[in-house]
Amino acid sequence: MSPDEARWTADDTNPDAIEAMLRELLLRAHIEDGEIAPARVLNMIVLVRSGHLGAMLERLAGVGRYAASRLLLIELDRDAEHLAADVRVTAPERVGGDGTALVRETVKLTVGECHMPDLRSIAASLVVTDLPTLLWSPAAERARVQPLLALAQSVLIDSLEGDNAAAAFTSALELADESYVVDLSWLRTTPWRERLAAAFDRRRDALDRITSVTVRHNPASIPAGTLLVGWLASRLGWEQLHLAPTGEGLAGSARSARRAIELALDPDPGLAVPGLSGMTVTTDDGWQLSLDRGAGGLQADERRADGSARRWTVPGASRGEPGVLGEGIRQALLRDPTYVPALSLAAEMIA
Amino acid sequence: MLEQAANPLVEALERQPVDPTALVIFGATGDLARRKLLPAIYNLAHDGALPERFALVGASRRDLSDDQFRGECAEAIRTFSRRPPDPDVLAAVLQDTHYVSGGFNDAALFEALAVRLDALDEEAGEALSRAFYLSTAPSFFPAILQRLGEASLNRRKGAEVRVVIEKPFGTTLKEARELNRRALRYFRETQIFRIDHYLGKETVQNMMALRFANGLFEPLWNRNFIDSVQITAAEDIGIGSRADYYDRSGALRDLIQNHMLQLLCHVAMEPPVRFNAEAVRNEKLKVLRSVHIPDAAMIADGSVAVRGQYTRGHVDGENVRGYLEEEGVPEDSRTETYAALKLSVDNWRWEGVPFYLRTGKRLARKVTEIAVTLKPVPHLAFDRSGSLGIQPNQLVLTVQPNEAVTLRLGAKIPGTRMVIRPVSMEFLYDTSFLSQSPEAYERLIGDVMRGDAMLFTRNDEVEAQWEICDPVLKTWEQSDAPLPSYVAGSQGPLEANGLMAGEDHWRTI
Repeated sequence: MSPDEARWTADDTNPDAIEAMLRELLLRAHIEDGEIAPARVLNMIVLVRSGHLGAMLERLAGVGRYAASRLLLIELDRDAEHLAADVRVTAPERVGGDGTALVRETVKLTVGECHMPDLRSIAASLVVTDLPTLLWSPAAERARVQPLLALAQSVLIDSLEGDNAAAAFTSALELADESYVVDLSWLRTTPWRERLAAAFDRRRDALDRITSVTVRHNPASIPAGTLLVGWLASRLGWEQLHLAPTGEGLAGSARSARRAIELALDPDPGLAVPGLSGMTVTTDDGWQLSLDRGAGGLQADERRADGSARRWTVPGASRGEPGVLGEGIRQALLRDPTYVPALSLAAEMIA
Repeated sequence: MLEQAANPLVEALERQPVDPTALVIFGATGDLARRKLLPAIYNLAHDGALPERFALVGASRRDLSDDQFRGECAEAIRTFSRRPPDPDVLAAVLQDTHYVSGGFNDAALFEALAVRLDALDEEAGEALSRAFYLSTAPSFFPAILQRLGEASLNRRKGAEVRVVIEKPFGTTLKEARELNRRALRYFRETQIFRIDHYLGKETVQNMMALRFANGLFEPLWNRNFIDSVQITAAEDIGIGSRADYYDRSGALRDLIQNHMLQLLCHVAMEPPVRFNAEAVRNEKLKVLRSVHIPDAAMIADGSVAVRGQYTRGHVDGENVRGYLEEEGVPEDSRTETYAALKLSVDNWRWEGVPFYLRTGKRLARKVTEIAVTLKPVPHLAFDRSGSLGIQPNQLVLTVQPNEAVTLRLGAKIPGTRMVIRPVSMEFLYDTSFLSQSPEAYERLIGDVMRGDAMLFTRNDEVEAQWEICDPVLKTWEQSDAPLPSYVAGSQGPLEANGLMAGEDHWRTI
């Protein structure tokens, strides 16, 4: 079965016909190749405005094996009067090179304003029952997404895409009341959180002695930087957090049980991709650790109270934005209880 | 080390912190290191799963500079890694890669190693934990353990020291006990990681999830409902260039004594009280100690153990040589390339349920699986005529080539008659998760550096495994009866059918 072999399109159809055709295409594919097996992992519903579908497909093409097993792409074309569908059943890869071929199903729907009242029932017919469902609607109005929330167990967002970080965090907190939220901005902080956790693992007593945290970030990635500080604050019990604009970035403070902590978010124009470029943590005895993006991993720069300094590389491959999106899809199958507390404090910091 | 308070930053992180570690591989230029260990280390680095501070030290007899060793590492990683290496990540790993040369029984090697490790600590500004991976020929294990102890490399103030011992762990019960004695003279049991890479495979770990996280199976998981258990580890390949090792080992030592008895433990163990290394290993040990030690007379008459040796035949459409024609194999070798056992687990849960284990080279295809056959239904009202036959339910856990769980059920053939045939309900790992399973060695090396011994074999487990296999090996060694043979590419020697009780039969490989 070649990737484009099983396809069906219709300009004026209905969800029942589409669902029947999905089953038909799958059966046909299985008859042709007994090694065909439907992947049954995750439904993903993507809601996009007219004209954005191409860009969305390009982003999704980069996620590789993290693609949802059934993808329902809904394009909003206000003037469309008929429900149009483009259904593909593809088997892009074989397990172990020559074993079972895993089928992925993609349904592209074009819906008009007239379909909006029924959007939920249209989508409900086309997701695989009993599989978790992830909803993603970059830049779509909340009102459009609302009817679909009841179908999804998880919602994929990117706090980076709001009008500003404060508004994005408020929106994310509201969403988190209704559904499990996977935030790409949060996932951009994952390697940094892992490395900080590792760096303090042998000096856990120093966590109480942190006196300053500086995060360097892509100028647009204030949400990621703030979430990282929010995470530290939530894990370490910091209170009275605030950040305020300075000349170029944000600066402020927090309080732990024992001392004040200086906080700074410094934009790094040299970082072309969303996310963080580095961070520095200092403790009251003069110990300081900086982690910065570098070739082949993070460059660590440690300065100790005795004045000695060490530099080394913590190896790791950059995931890139496709990797972050792929991770976002995978996270729909997991649960991270540390996000919402970090988000709450991040929102508080820049309120 | 002093117990520290819990690290509040680790909650929900997928990659938990790993002790800053210097990993020393003895036999670093050998086949296992090239094919498995070095690629695993690279992939851990690629995923950002190596410790905050990490150094790799290769130790081997060959005289190489650091740069020459780095070159060999790079080539091995490019050849055998499960993904093409990122040049920058590879360069970062190689930057922390070092080499010391010397004989494994030569004190000078260990003195040089101590100097190198101290220098790495100095460079890191802290005492790195040390993990010594014994990836050499087994004959060097005792000497390396002793030399590590004598060079005081078995302890490190402010850091952990661990030693990883590859299989085979001895070739007899006596040797295993001696090796344990030697290891425990210099290391505490908590420092010793006896590796069995099968335990790093997802399916093996999933067996505990399948049994203990589902209400469906455990009520049936006993002698009242299970008829038999078959564990198969079949290979279609021959011995390749491993004649020297294999002819001294044979199939029983190579796979049954370690991997397959561990699989048996996972099938037969009671639910552990907690999911930690000691609790799980305690339960596995109880199973091993419940296994009825095969009786010499029954071994000799082939009613509980069968061996065989392959002769020339066809595998994957190609003519292949017989074992005695393989390069490096003595022409009068009586080494078994096939071994099958019928074991019983003498406890309340498993009394009367046969456990069939078989492994072999040059069998029909490569497959590792555990098949649990349930007892037939007590009464069948359906007409059997025109049917392929109603077969008992069978749960098959496939470890390789594809990780899967298959349940065989009886279902009605569409039509006007009530005719039943077996159908399969299949769960393939790759169809149900977005994550890719790491290679077993990646998981296990990470566990060593983290100090998690759950997937490693404890000293008493190893000895209990040998207690089961030793009588079989002794009886076979003392026997001058003709060695059964089987044609390469077949299902194994016909004599193996004699192990089966009642209606049981081997699953087709």
